Amino acid sequence: MKATFPHMGNVSIIVKALFETLEVDYIIPPACSKRTLELGTKYAPELACLPLKINIGNFIESIEQGADTIVMAGGCGPCRFGYYGEVQKEILKDLGYNVEFLVLELPNGGIKEFLRRLRTLIGRKSLLQAAKAVQKATKISIALDELDKLSFQIRAREAVKGKTDWMMKKFHHQVMKVKGAKSIIKLIRETQKELEAIEIDRSVRVLKIGIVGEIYTLIEPFTNFNIEQMLGNMGIEVDRSLTLSNWIVEHMIKQALHLKKNRPYEKAAPPYMNTMIGGHAWETIGNSVLYAQQGYDGIVQLYPFTCMPEIVAQSILPTISNELDIPILTLIIDELTGEAGYKTRIEAFVDMLARRKEEKAHSNEYILSGN
Amino acid sequence: MNTFYLGIDVGSVSTNLVLLDEHANVYKKLYVRTQGQPIKSLKEALAMLKQTVKTDFRIGGVGTTGSGRQLASVMVGADVVKNEITAHAVAALNHCPDARTILEIGGQDSKIIIIREGIVYDFAMNTVCAAGTGSFLDRQAARLNIPIEAFGSYALQSKSSVRIAGRCAVFAESDMIHKQQTGQNIEDIINGLCEALVRNYLNNLGKGKEIKDSILFQGGVAANVGIVAAFEREFGKKVMIPEHFDVMGALGAAILAKEEVKKTGTTHFYGFELVNREYKAKSFECQDCSNRCEVIEILSNGEPVARWGDRCGKWSGLTKEQSETSA
Repeated sequence: MKATFPHMGNVSIIVKALFETLEVDYIIPPACSKRTLELGTKYAPELACLPLKINIGNFIESIEQGADTIVMAGGCGPCRFGYYGEVQKEILKDLGYNVEFLVLELPNGGIKEFLRRLRTLIGRKSLLQAAKAVQKATKISIALDELDKLSFQIRAREAVKGKTDWMMKKFHHQVMKVKGAKSIIKLIRETQKELEAIEIDRSVRVLKIGIVGEIYTLIEPFTNFNIEQMLGNMGIEVDRSLTLSNWIVEHMIKQALHLKKNRPYEKAAPPYMNTMIGGHAWETIGNSVLYAQQGYDGIVQLYPFTCMPEIVAQSILPTISNELDIPILTLIIDELTGEAGYKTRIEAFVDMLARRKEEKAHSNEYILSGN
Repeated sequence: MNTFYLGIDVGSVSTNLVLLDEHANVYKKLYVRTQGQPIKSLKEALAMLKQTVKTDFRIGGVGTTGSGRQLASVMVGADVVKNEITAHAVAALNHCPDARTILEIGGQDSKIIIIREGIVYDFAMNTVCAAGTGSFLDRQAARLNIPIEAFGSYALQSKSSVRIAGRCAVFAESDMIHKQQTGQNIEDIINGLCEALVRNYLNNLGKGKEIKDSILFQGGVAANVGIVAAFEREFGKKVMIPEHFDVMGALGAAILAKEEVKKTGTTHFYGFELVNREYKAKSFECQDCSNRCEVIEILSNGEPVARWGDRCGKWSGLTKEQSETSA
């Protein structure tokens, strides 16, 4: 068996660690590229959303390299994602690819079927060993998100532009070469130290932007034209509201073990949205409120064209923007590879935030001197 | 000798140039169609501009904006490169310091800019849909065989209202055809279209924004009296059209160039001889990694002067590129 899986940001590093611990033979799909997108748009239904299309491209490119088993997250999802596994299975079958599809759904129903799929994947390893491997992978996901967060802070402030980019590029290159969870953690820690050593310019007052929206377009840089890097290099500290580690811990592990969840956005979202309406709309609304309360300068919402939950969230965001006085920019992503249009909007948004901040500082000074 | 500041707006439909004098008055403006060839149209426009100015002059500074701003910048040696939202706001505020709402509809995009206390406070720009922009109106005018300049005045002659679907250009067009085939008046249909476009614009961009006086309407579509009237009916307020509504982006770029040169003291402008240079854009797919970036290379007389499109910076780093100047 040669297992493969779809790309989504750092997922490849986490799954690599998981499979290496479980001694599962695996293939990482080639990084998302124009070809991936072309394959996806060619074979996926036109009306499907972008993530499904890119998944299809990833699968085909992995199969070309010898993968025969596809591991996919699933679940009776609250949005179209719940159908991805089934739809993708049928598409690949129609194309004549003879692959096994292991959709790892959380035990909403047949736990037996879940265990069968898991067994196919882990072979003769025990369930305890599997649980331990998951634990290690989770630890890595947390470390990776901490590393990303650190890079967001350093990039916005670095004295010499490009250092953080270079360091992160080096990390992503090296991490694919090391083997096993332990060495991955070690590399993350080393990179962390290197990032911390980058000289920063303390005189700059950075702007802060929170990124909200649909999880895949937020996390997979190929779909969002590296927005974190782009903003960071414009001297802006970004924060991404959804992270892989949070998703793994809060939505997979705690859900499965029926543990108490820590979801601050649920408390922050009312009265704008009082319940889960599907996808990550509740997160989008709640996190936008939290960013406003934490004094962020602006918010960017990202989502793939036709994503229903985010469309609902988008129609609520102007109210939040008005009432909490925080500018929000919505960017809808589809197969466009021309980045210029997005860049224009982002640059104009950043210009605006900078001017608003300046203005605010001015009026504050005025008030102070008036006292 | 006169000193002028040159503003260049390379848009999808038109390439606009503005010469600004020392007192921030428009000395000359020029509007040519881009026709998908920004390099050619910019060179032509510059040559035309040079010819039409009869007095002795020098260029004190150059600013570029529009979707082709990066390209224009490397061709002319710009002092400032600015996104069109900021450029439009700068020009509008220069024209009317108490503007609080700016409506802008261009060839392929439309935007709304909200100004409070003299700064851009909020804006929205169409993202996935170009229904209601200049190109669509152009196309409908051509289909009905009405010159685009006269399109709006047809709407003003409308006697009864016809509802046209405005959400999507495809829906709008088929709705127009259906209404026309049932014998509706062409004036009423055009008026219906104007109303549909305004409705679509406000639904898409106006979401939750408070439209306050003074309202400025600029961009090529502001020449369409039918749309202007539809906006005024919708707001119940007067909409002002600035004198240079069709070149506001270029005007803003010129103003910004003037400010920039005041700071730096010198311009990077290559001089009008640049129209004799041969500029070529070449693109290739970089094969060095799986990103397969589409790299664009701009050649001047065979020498590469700029490259962009790569994610890693390997190609763009090879040439000096004037990057977007921050606020």
